[in-house]
Amino acid sequence: MSARIGVIQFPGTNCELDAVHACEVLGASAELLWHRESSPISVDAVIVPGGFAHGDYLRTGAIARFSPVMNALQEFAEAGGPVVGICNGFQILCEAAMLPGALQKNAGMKFRCEMSTLVVASQRSVLTADIELGAELRIPINHFEGNYTCDAATLEQLRGDDRIVLRYLENPNGSLDDIAGICNDTGNVVGLMPHPERACESVLGSIDGAALLGSLLRHALITATR
Amino acid sequence: MTETTAVPLHRQLGMTDDELEAVIGELGREPTHLELAMYSVMWSEHCSYKSSKPHLRRFPTTAPWVMVGPGEGAGVIDVGDGLAVAVRIESHNHPSAVEPYQGAATGVGGIIRDIFSMGARPIALMDPLRFGALDDARTRYLFEGVVSGISGYGNSVGVPTVGGEAVFDDCYRDNPLVNVFCLGLLAHDDLVLAIATGDGNLAVLLGSATGRDGIGGASVLASAGFEDGAEHKRPSVQVGDPFEEKRLIEACLELYERKLVVGVQDLGAAGISCAASETAAKGGMGMDLDVARVARREPGMNPVELLTSESQERMLAIVTPEQLDAVLDVAERWEIRATVVGRVNDSGRFRVFDGYFDAIGVPGANPTPPPGDVPIIASSDAEPVADVPAGSLGDGPVYQRPLARPADFDEIQLDDPARELRVRFPDGTDLGAELLALLSTPTIADKSWIFRQYDHQLFLNTVVGPGSDASVLRLKGSGKALALSTDGKARFCKLDPREGAKLIVMEAARNVACAGATSKALVNCLNFGNPEHPEVMWQFSEVVDGMSEACVALGFPVIGGNVSFYNESRGDNIHPTPTVGVVGLIDSLVDVPPSIALRDGDAIVVLGTTTAELGGSEWAAVVHGLVGGRPPRADLEAASKLHDLVRALVRDRAVNTVHDCSDGGLAVTLCEMAFAGSVGFSVEMPFGAELSAAEACFSESANRVVLGVVQSQVEVIAARAASAGVPVAVLGVAHGDRLIINGAFDVSLSEAKTIWTQAIPKLFA
Repeated sequence: MSARIGVIQFPGTNCELDAVHACEVLGASAELLWHRESSPISVDAVIVPGGFAHGDYLRTGAIARFSPVMNALQEFAEAGGPVVGICNGFQILCEAAMLPGALQKNAGMKFRCEMSTLVVASQRSVLTADIELGAELRIPINHFEGNYTCDAATLEQLRGDDRIVLRYLENPNGSLDDIAGICNDTGNVVGLMPHPERACESVLGSIDGAALLGSLLRHALITATR
Repeated sequence: MTETTAVPLHRQLGMTDDELEAVIGELGREPTHLELAMYSVMWSEHCSYKSSKPHLRRFPTTAPWVMVGPGEGAGVIDVGDGLAVAVRIESHNHPSAVEPYQGAATGVGGIIRDIFSMGARPIALMDPLRFGALDDARTRYLFEGVVSGISGYGNSVGVPTVGGEAVFDDCYRDNPLVNVFCLGLLAHDDLVLAIATGDGNLAVLLGSATGRDGIGGASVLASAGFEDGAEHKRPSVQVGDPFEEKRLIEACLELYERKLVVGVQDLGAAGISCAASETAAKGGMGMDLDVARVARREPGMNPVELLTSESQERMLAIVTPEQLDAVLDVAERWEIRATVVGRVNDSGRFRVFDGYFDAIGVPGANPTPPPGDVPIIASSDAEPVADVPAGSLGDGPVYQRPLARPADFDEIQLDDPARELRVRFPDGTDLGAELLALLSTPTIADKSWIFRQYDHQLFLNTVVGPGSDASVLRLKGSGKALALSTDGKARFCKLDPREGAKLIVMEAARNVACAGATSKALVNCLNFGNPEHPEVMWQFSEVVDGMSEACVALGFPVIGGNVSFYNESRGDNIHPTPTVGVVGLIDSLVDVPPSIALRDGDAIVVLGTTTAELGGSEWAAVVHGLVGGRPPRADLEAASKLHDLVRALVRDRAVNTVHDCSDGGLAVTLCEMAFAGSVGFSVEMPFGAELSAAEACFSESANRVVLGVVQSQVEVIAARAASAGVPVAVLGVAHGDRLIINGAFDVSLSEAKTIWTQAIPKLFA
């Protein structure tokens, strides 16, 4: 049995087909979920992929969070369904308050597309549960607004609850506490700026993203069979 | 002010008196204001190619794999397995000189529309850029703005920028060149052409509302040179909206997939008048268009503005009445505007009405309410505001401009920089400082600062990204891959345009061969000065001949191109700057091809011959300001042999490392390989009376490729080279932390690498 993954598509999303491809490479099936769809989500896990939903106009994720599919996504997550927001998806999950904090413009005020090295900082999330703590993963970043920030109390809580799941080895964007990814307090909703779907085949330069997405796919099945 | 009002309208619009006479002859009467405006844009240099057409016909354009040659939105070649790729290159030079961010951004947007108007999904962009020297503050502003514009638009619209080049030379100070190459992928069946057929079919305008931006961009901006105070031309630059374009791409691809359109044309230069008249003319049809139906961004726009506006993110689709509702549904899903603005007929005439539409009797829902400020006149006997033969707009004058070899041509060629450089750098001189100076020139320095700002990985095709010889994109599911290279070397063309053009084609094809690919097609962007200068037209003609000869010799056709004239400022023309994009095909890609990174312990082997050829080289021209001489010899037969050998070596994985030798010569090539591999080298080169140490290091002789080879395989490689008829020499070994060419230089790897990587970023710190 293979996991069924839903990949949300907003107008302006552009990594949706890449996410579908990576899931398929890893043996799952994947389908697109249109942003206007409001009916309950019936897949095993959801990826909110990267891109520029609604052009990132106003502010990244600010318009996307009002799409009908977001209500369905909230319900799916509250029922324990695994949700991973990648890049723009992370920004949208923050805007939708499914994750705390916000992503500001990079320190240096430039878009950055390059390989980054991430350190697994927590196994509490569906994305990192199967990976050794401290493992280093080579995963590309591709963003202008990846500089994670939150208030001091939130940071304290993220640290105390072990919810900082990935950190940059070398901080590329000024992100608070080198944060590359965080999860919610139940570990089923994860957001990260780097693109694991771009690192699932050796011909693309790294297969470390397969470790992250592989963990997601396994936990999607566990959740589904529960 | 009184002066301008005294100038007749046609001249204000950039038309000559003879051209006005031709219009009158075409119509049999004086043109209306709108007609004159349309002819002036359509017959502008930018749209009509009136100076270049007689020369462009000399390009070789056919091959069995060519599906669409020059003249359409993009060239298309068959790559097997039912797949095809669409390719185009274009310039957006003048808009970028006036407003760098929007100029570059809309250049990206425009070329993407050319590609998806063919039915292809755009999957790759590349940007050959030319600027003045970066020590000038205004040049830095232009450069940073252009790179941000490409990044801002390209990343957001969702097409990866997988390569390109950036070259810096004083001749571009006031007239930077922003060329954009785009490649799209399509199934054979999905090919769409910009043809309007079927009496009664509807013309549907998709995308943005029409504004006053970019009015006369093709004629006012692109077809005239710059003088001081070009700021007044800023309103002729368009403003881009990548989110609108992204939705337009997805909507159009869905329309094609569901076979809902008869033909599609993007709106570029000359806006609606070009798109509507061209589609009608190509289909041998006519079209009635109601300008009152065109959605507009502001009130009070007149038909002239609406018909010639170059507002971005618009397409014209030809749709059967039966499929209109389905088309409107797709548009609604992607939240793009769709407006029926015209109807195809068999009159052969392009007629424009201002408020006639309701009487045409278009079936189906009216998608947008009538624009508020123009009353809809439901009258079948309305008078057209323009009525011209559809084909006449696209069939402008053709000029046989006079050609003249520049008077100082021989003098410049005889001024070989080698004479002075041999005196200044006799053998035995330490060339370490020369090497470091070369590595810090922006043209040679590391370009990561640029391409790090571009998403170069989207769609998971990028096997080799920017910073290598060629970019390599896999074609998922087919086992095949494409290798892409954009190149241009204007200084060689300045010294000898014919030979320079050959060298450019050779370099692009060599880069493609270094990826293990066979070159299949070339597109060119021909950036030149003022065509009314006979010297410029002579350079143009020579470049066309040199490029043609090289393409024939190397076995691939020219499938498209773009001409950009009037690249001049204050009377000075830029160097003749043809840039090319070459597309190569790898039949079977099993793994990442050998990179440019040296491996510790490997033997360093050079294929090809180094001779004393410093004319036009980076070292002579940029480091020492010696710009004369002849370019390196362009031996096309040797090129063909070299490419075949390199392709075979890469395909067989017989080498660990492969790198084309070009700007900066062998010394710089070896450094780039060392930087990528984080390992030094120790190399011996034969110096003597024929070839000084400095010439051995910095000469830019063509037809050379440097290899990194496992020691045990050196003899095998040498034997293969010998049997292929390619000169081969073992230079030394990769090891340690120093960069050493015995008798020339011995510098620290880390120091040299720091200089090379920091040269551009430090200017923007």
